[in-house]
Amino acid sequence: MALEFRSVTKTFPTTSGGEMTAVSDVSFRVEKGEFVSVVGPSGCGKSTILSMTAGLYQPTRGEVLVSDQPVMGPNAHVGFMLQKDLLLPWRSIITNIEFGLEARGVSKADRRARAMEELEACHLAGFEHHYPYQLSGGMRQRAALARTLAIDPEIILLDEPFSALDAQTKLLLQNAFAKTISEAGKTTLLITHDLAEAVLMSDRILVLSERPGSVIAEIKIDLPHRDEPIKRRVLPEVSDYAAQLFKYLKLEEKAA
Amino acid sequence: MDRSKSTTIASLGLLALVLLAWQYLPPALDVPKYIIPTLTDCLVEMKRMWLYEKLVSNTLSTALYTVLGFAVGSLLGAVLGYLLGMSPFWEKVLSPYILALQIAPKVAFAPLFIMWFGYNAMPKMLVTVLIVFFPVLVNVLQAMRTVDRDLVNLARAYNLSRLGIFWKIEMPSTLPNLMAGLRIASTLAVIGITVGELIGGNTGLGYLISYGGGQANAAMVFNAIILLTVIGFLLYTVLQHVEERILHYLPKAQH
Repeated sequence: MALEFRSVTKTFPTTSGGEMTAVSDVSFRVEKGEFVSVVGPSGCGKSTILSMTAGLYQPTRGEVLVSDQPVMGPNAHVGFMLQKDLLLPWRSIITNIEFGLEARGVSKADRRARAMEELEACHLAGFEHHYPYQLSGGMRQRAALARTLAIDPEIILLDEPFSALDAQTKLLLQNAFAKTISEAGKTTLLITHDLAEAVLMSDRILVLSERPGSVIAEIKIDLPHRDEPIKRRVLPEVSDYAAQLFKYLKLEEKAA
Repeated sequence: MDRSKSTTIASLGLLALVLLAWQYLPPALDVPKYIIPTLTDCLVEMKRMWLYEKLVSNTLSTALYTVLGFAVGSLLGAVLGYLLGMSPFWEKVLSPYILALQIAPKVAFAPLFIMWFGYNAMPKMLVTVLIVFFPVLVNVLQAMRTVDRDLVNLARAYNLSRLGIFWKIEMPSTLPNLMAGLRIASTLAVIGITVGELIGGNTGLGYLISYGGGQANAAMVFNAIILLTVIGFLLYTVLQHVEERILHYLPKAQH
């Protein structure tokens, strides 16, 4: 198993001296090679889950395990990507992709070779010496994915990586990501507020409640074409799944 | 391209206009040459200064100390800025004193420095270092506070050490602000040196200003001011080129 949350609770001190519980008693497992999405109302602690998996901070109670090892801090098993591409503007695309390998004692030549592989896998060949500002938003996200894959993580954490893109770019990029990730066989945790995106890309969806977030439902998506969201998109069952998510998130009640 | 050409032409046209006015307006208005010397008066005086007032060595001396004071002051400012930027504790502890020193008029320290160190190059260097120090420090400190936390987290997730984060994330992130601070500092460096030389010196363009002023030689003062401006302008231009080189990765509109 690639990732496990065991009754994880995380509280943060507030400025007024109180405590804010971001997530409460969250338990779930993600199997190796699985693509799992986490959806929930805004402020339900989705990003907290991601940060704890990345080891940026520790749970207050409970345990987070990656490959059966408790996460004690930032570690080599996890690669994460945010809505912002976080490319370093002063580096060319290829050196950006190499960035994650630099603290690992990989030789310069090996770094370059590894980065070129991922660059090509993400369809950016020919752009290695460009600078981030010269690339479109979609290309920059692909470069960020290449950087994430270059460190060969066991888990990829995606925190709304498509939410800043226009609708068409988003579809194409979801497709490209799905393909690349499935070819690489990576376990993936996607945080998103886009319900359709969750249905199109996942094997399984975890629904979180409002703050303090806890898992209120787990929906298995039994559809083909996980590696090609564009194909999955036209299947009639997609809307049924979306309707289920709607129900869990009580969106209709809220709209009324 | 066309546009920059036309601005250059307009700029040069304006210069020609000012020079013409300088040459012909004062005599036309009966302003005596010890009040406003004309362009040719200044050129004649420039030649006399060349021959009898060691113009070249005075100019070079001022230029040298300007660059030296600028380099030392901005180095200290940058180093302290980065150190404080990495230590929020010491930044909080020291910030009221830094603010106080920043508000204090640095040129007013010149007489003190002369009392302490005598009539040599030390006082003007110190005034310059002090003046140059703050804009660099403040710019760097400000930039260190606003480094993108997500970039730092990314570096942490990639297991970079504290020093690695500094060199690979914080340092390059703050470069635009550092360069802006250096540009401001370069214009101030000339002021520092000039004040130092005016108050207690026997070399440099600042000294020529006070000497010329004492003799009611307005042309000499004019010339010295022009040369000081040229020194500052050159320093600024060099920095601008360096900045363009280093910050090539920024889209032009953000400059």
